Amino acid sequence: MSRELILGRIRAANAGARAAGPVRRDYLRAHADRTPDESVGLLAENLADYRALVHRTDAAGVAGVVARLLAERGSRTVLVPDGLPAEWLAATGVQQLEDRAESTARELDAVGSVVTGCALAIAETGTIVLDGGTAQGRRRITLIPDHHICVIRVPEQVVSSVPEALERLDAARPLTWISGPSATSDIELDRVEGVHGPRTLDVVLVGE
Amino acid sequence: MSTYLGMPAFPEAAAVSTRDTRLRGNLRHATHTIRAKRAAAVAEMADWQQLRAAGAAAKDDTLRHLDTYLEQLETAVTTAGGTVHWAADAEEANRIVAGLVRATGETEVVKVKSMATQEIGLNEALEAEGIRAYETDLAELIVQLGDDLPSHILVPAIHRNRGEIRDIFTGEMAAWGRPAPEGLSDRPAELAEAARLHLREKFLRAKVGISGANFMVAETGTLVVLESEGNGRMCLTLPETLISVVGIEKVVPTWRDLEVFMQLLPRSSTAERMNPYTTMWTGTTDGDGPRDFHLVLLDNGRTDTLADQVGRQALRCIRCSACLNVCPVYERAGGHAYGSPYPGPIGAILTPQLRGTASALDASLPYASSLCGACYEVCPVAIDIPEVLVHLRQRVVEGGTYTVRGTRTVIRPAKGHAAERAAMRAARWTFQRPRALGAVQRLATRTRRIQPRRLPVGPGKAWGLTRDLPAVPEKSFREWWQERGKGAGE
Repeated sequence: MSRELILGRIRAANAGARAAGPVRRDYLRAHADRTPDESVGLLAENLADYRALVHRTDAAGVAGVVARLLAERGSRTVLVPDGLPAEWLAATGVQQLEDRAESTARELDAVGSVVTGCALAIAETGTIVLDGGTAQGRRRITLIPDHHICVIRVPEQVVSSVPEALERLDAARPLTWISGPSATSDIELDRVEGVHGPRTLDVVLVGE
Repeated sequence: MSTYLGMPAFPEAAAVSTRDTRLRGNLRHATHTIRAKRAAAVAEMADWQQLRAAGAAAKDDTLRHLDTYLEQLETAVTTAGGTVHWAADAEEANRIVAGLVRATGETEVVKVKSMATQEIGLNEALEAEGIRAYETDLAELIVQLGDDLPSHILVPAIHRNRGEIRDIFTGEMAAWGRPAPEGLSDRPAELAEAARLHLREKFLRAKVGISGANFMVAETGTLVVLESEGNGRMCLTLPETLISVVGIEKVVPTWRDLEVFMQLLPRSSTAERMNPYTTMWTGTTDGDGPRDFHLVLLDNGRTDTLADQVGRQALRCIRCSACLNVCPVYERAGGHAYGSPYPGPIGAILTPQLRGTASALDASLPYASSLCGACYEVCPVAIDIPEVLVHLRQRVVEGGTYTVRGTRTVIRPAKGHAAERAAMRAARWTFQRPRALGAVQRLATRTRRIQPRRLPVGPGKAWGLTRDLPAVPEKSFREWWQERGKGAGE
């Protein structure tokens, strides 16, 4: 059986091999000491650098911003994951569709926009992480529609760095890391936005 | 379909490709673009060298205890609802995958770009079983539509410029599905849009997805795929069945190790702080994504590589392609000359270890380098590529005992190097005898005016084609030293 064959080959190859040294974790936990506000500022800057559209508002302003973004996009339908705060969609008249297990990919392809929250966001890399939890839905709903509005509560959902993010994430959940809209570097090694994922990524940073 | 079978040795292939001015122009443009961007992305990180050392150490630990980590991974994946298969070689991996696809009753699959499946020739094997594999990465699509071979790890169609891509899309898309839009221009955004439209219908109907993985976490059973376009997410989340073919060296011990590699890889490969999309999944999740998940763990020469105490560091590779982008040889010769899905400096040390050095092509690869060391400088896991190149040259020239397909095998010295070996033996004899050396040196300095700059005849001529003979000084160091001694006290 190949399992035993491969494991046997590995053991033979490692018999007499030098012991591996320890993994020294003397790299930085974060690349600067930042106040929460500075982290939010850096997140906004890095998101924008990779062509996400960043909007800043407060709790009272979310519904207005979301409604405006859906209207500007001209979407007739919007996907709504479980647990999305109803007040985020309080100001829009666009038809709301639930994220359901039975929906087919083709049905989702006809949807205009999707609104979600997130698990956390990473300032240093301009990354949003979704873990399928509250207000995030199945992975495909943020993939098939061409327009994704992601609402981030700041500063509490923002971490500084990749190490801080991994510490807070649960490996058992399906994770999607998103850094800007879909892009490619495949034509002459230069970045072009817009291939298969949502080509427009609106990020709404909601302060206290 | 194009294959790497029967490709000529590197010098012959490079003799052709280096005369292709369009290819050289395309490669020069692309590699120089990414070089500067990578340097800027790395410069943002004050702790880059510490991360690099941690990445190397984590991979060394992985390799040293690979059996333990693979068993741990298998348990974790199985507990999370996945099924683990083990494949000793390409043929077995292809058989396993074809069997899994047939069991679904489907005759087409969508694929995320994967080096491992390129390496084993999976698409060709599936085709032989009546299963059509659609590549969905933009560059892989360009390669597949153009009936071409990949020439770069990250951007397999790097040898094509935008005009060539437009021509391939216009000419070939219709035969594979939705045709290219009328009047398609060579603007990259329009080309990306054409790929989006062409592939969307395939994603929406796909029942089986095939991927590789960048990392597998032993302690949690999590697989990680980094990508840019979203085709990866499509293949990893929309189909009912997901089959991932992954080299056994892709395992990392702990979840925490990802904090190192998720910082090293994007900056080294696409020169971004972070790539647009990363998917991490652990087995299956109820109601979200594939219901069936199969992991095929691939050896195919990796344990042979592991058995070489110098060469094993090649297994640290995280396939970022930074070494290709800085290599003067790659930039001029192009990826196809390396005759393998792994081109450039990493290919020159990986391919001869995975496949052995029996063929003329594989034996020529350790020589496809000027040993300038730029590859080592940029390698995010500090693989000393020049060291391994020199080691593999020794293996080619002198032979020795190496592990081939799991068996300790005596490799005979390569024939073409007999004259060089004889010369080295003569040199060794002379260097060990000071009087003889002195006589040779005196003879050399006395006759220096009549010595040629190149070796004129015989095996020495071929050796000397790429080497100038050093100019012989008026007197040897020993003569100079002795004469200097006579005038002591000056």
